[in-house]
Amino acid sequence: MIDRSTEPPDAEVGLDPDRAEDAHQKRGRLKIFLGYISGVGKSFRMFDEGRRRRERGQDVVVGAIQPVNSTEVEELLKKMEVIPFKRVEGLLVMDVDAILNRRPQGCLIDGLAYDNPSGSLHSKRWQDVEQLLAAGISVIASVNLQYIEEYREQVERITGKRVTSTIPLNFVQTADEVELVDMPADLCLERTEGASAQDATGPGPQQLSELREIALLLAADVVDRQLEKYLRDHGIEQLWGAQERILVFIRPGLNARKMIESGRRNADRFHGELFVAFLIDPDLSSDDKSALETNLTVARQLNAHIEPLEAEDPVKALMDFAHSHGITQIFIGHSAHENWWQRLWGSFVGRLIREAEGIDVRIFPN
Amino acid sequence: MTEPTPRQRGNLKIYLGYAAGVGKTYQMLTEVHQLKREGIDVVVGYFEPHGRKDTIAHIDGLELLPRRQIQYRGTAFGEMDVEAILHRHPQTCAIDELAHTNVPGADRTKRWEDVQVLLDSGINVLTTLNVQHIESLNDLVWQITGIRVRETIPDWVVKQADEVVMVDLPPEALLNRLRRGVIYSPDKVGQALQNFFKESTLVVLRELTLRQTAHEVDVRQGVLEKGELPHAESSLNRQTVSARNGQLQDRILIYVTPDPSTAMLIRRGRRVADYLKADCFAVSVESDADRSHMPPAQREAIEKHLNFARNLRIETRIIPGLNIAQALVDFARLHEVTQIFLVRPHRSHTLPFLERNLVDQVVRLAQDMQVTIVAERQRPS
Repeated sequence: MIDRSTEPPDAEVGLDPDRAEDAHQKRGRLKIFLGYISGVGKSFRMFDEGRRRRERGQDVVVGAIQPVNSTEVEELLKKMEVIPFKRVEGLLVMDVDAILNRRPQGCLIDGLAYDNPSGSLHSKRWQDVEQLLAAGISVIASVNLQYIEEYREQVERITGKRVTSTIPLNFVQTADEVELVDMPADLCLERTEGASAQDATGPGPQQLSELREIALLLAADVVDRQLEKYLRDHGIEQLWGAQERILVFIRPGLNARKMIESGRRNADRFHGELFVAFLIDPDLSSDDKSALETNLTVARQLNAHIEPLEAEDPVKALMDFAHSHGITQIFIGHSAHENWWQRLWGSFVGRLIREAEGIDVRIFPN
Repeated sequence: MTEPTPRQRGNLKIYLGYAAGVGKTYQMLTEVHQLKREGIDVVVGYFEPHGRKDTIAHIDGLELLPRRQIQYRGTAFGEMDVEAILHRHPQTCAIDELAHTNVPGADRTKRWEDVQVLLDSGINVLTTLNVQHIESLNDLVWQITGIRVRETIPDWVVKQADEVVMVDLPPEALLNRLRRGVIYSPDKVGQALQNFFKESTLVVLRELTLRQTAHEVDVRQGVLEKGELPHAESSLNRQTVSARNGQLQDRILIYVTPDPSTAMLIRRGRRVADYLKADCFAVSVESDADRSHMPPAQREAIEKHLNFARNLRIETRIIPGLNIAQALVDFARLHEVTQIFLVRPHRSHTLPFLERNLVDQVVRLAQDMQVTIVAERQRPS
């Protein structure tokens, strides 16, 4: 028997409309429980939160359940008011009209990524959720990583299993809250061993671990977006961040390719972001110009954000960009042929080091 | 109790959170209940109730070992009773607050050291930890929160864990719990909201914890996949690993001085090395003149920094040399270092010219390796 009460009984978010933004004044709040694979206990966590909200006097109903559920979830559901599915063309479908008529404060929806039968108002369940939110009903929902469209292929490569119905990543990103349901891969394997859904064909520890990492990073990215929005809305200048951001500054005549590739490798290791900046210079020689083009092509292929900078005061331009984009490391090259060391402290590199408040400067020999 | 075979070291599982009140202890106790149902001999070795009703109720039905009372300056402090746990010798022991510092008079200074003793004796340990206590994150956490966390644990203790699990809770939910008086008594809530429990602070810490957990998962994948050791000890005498897997292995060399910023440099070097899966070393350079003339305070500062590095499992050396830059680069070249870490020179001109100039000397000499200049992190004004 497995106990899925992995969350304190009072860990909960209020359905407090005062906290909503002006634009969302009447809109319901969306909370999503994100799991990396079925069996981590998202559904239990979601229904358990519903139960607690009910006990605290909130009007919460269940809008959709999934066909196979654990006994723990069954127990929880007994304590909840469930709006029954309606039958359309032999399929069971969430009854949006019934929920709208019932008008609860909150509605629990297990499994976001279902398709509705043709002829329904919306072809996707997540669009039904949009309608509920727009009507002022808050929604608590659950979804697994593999059902997020932008991650579908990546997960398929790991698990070898195809899913057909998905939700857009943007829908997850616009949720008011995303809560990650984490669990070590070994426990997850134990839990699903007995279940019929997954057996010898299910993912092994290595695959589960990869999925888990992807889900953690996805949650981190969602949080990062929320942070950026929060800081923007509150007019706070961001000088720090939880993510490493590497800025490679390329100059003519230096081997930029090596630096860009190293930047990519480092950014990947840190699960960070890569930026490549260069100075706008109309007087570049044709050789330098084509070298720059080649380097920028490499940068684009390596998925770097590219930033042209005004050349008037390069150090200032670079530092302004770095500080406004939360850069934590700047990669620059230097050449022994420049005879630059004699002028280091008056030179570009020297000034950059002095100006780089709170940022590492990594100097590449050339 | 007889042990037929040499004792196997216990497993360590860490429940990682980003703040008090996210539910680490609750989740740990949930697992204890489950293990108990599965027939595992499991006890709670140390429990910190913090007056949280639901967590306290959750310990019902579990075996909680009593604390050991230690007198310090006329007050009795209850610390974890390591001897009692060893004597009881359960299969698994749950222990709250891994980063805790024991009261003077206890056998060991830190709880994580107590945990090492239990693991060595073959007991599995479940424990809780907040991200801000990880040593290499100390400067970043200060930057985010304005709080210099004093109770830290070395990164290798976390790396040594078999599993790191993220206990997640959105900040708004955490703040609701705080306002309802679930986390702290009502008189402390206002202060908490002013300081640590600011929404933007919590959001950044949460992101940091998610990323840290992802990193821990990633490191352990290497173990599953290639049989890599998760925390192979760096050794200056070992061959560069390039021969082992055909990949260029980064090697980081940290320059240790008496300057207080060296601690920050060591933490940053440690962190970068962990992410790049690089070897990491720390050296100070000492001339004959230094040996006889260096003021004791400076000598102590260097020794303190080298000790700090060793505690983070960084191999250290004191190398002789008159010219610091030359000695550093020669040593680095000899040991196939790929990156030299230096502190960014202070702006103050009271520093000796030599030190201000070290960066450009090293860069000039190190034509075959990278030089990373680390700036001290700052708080947004």
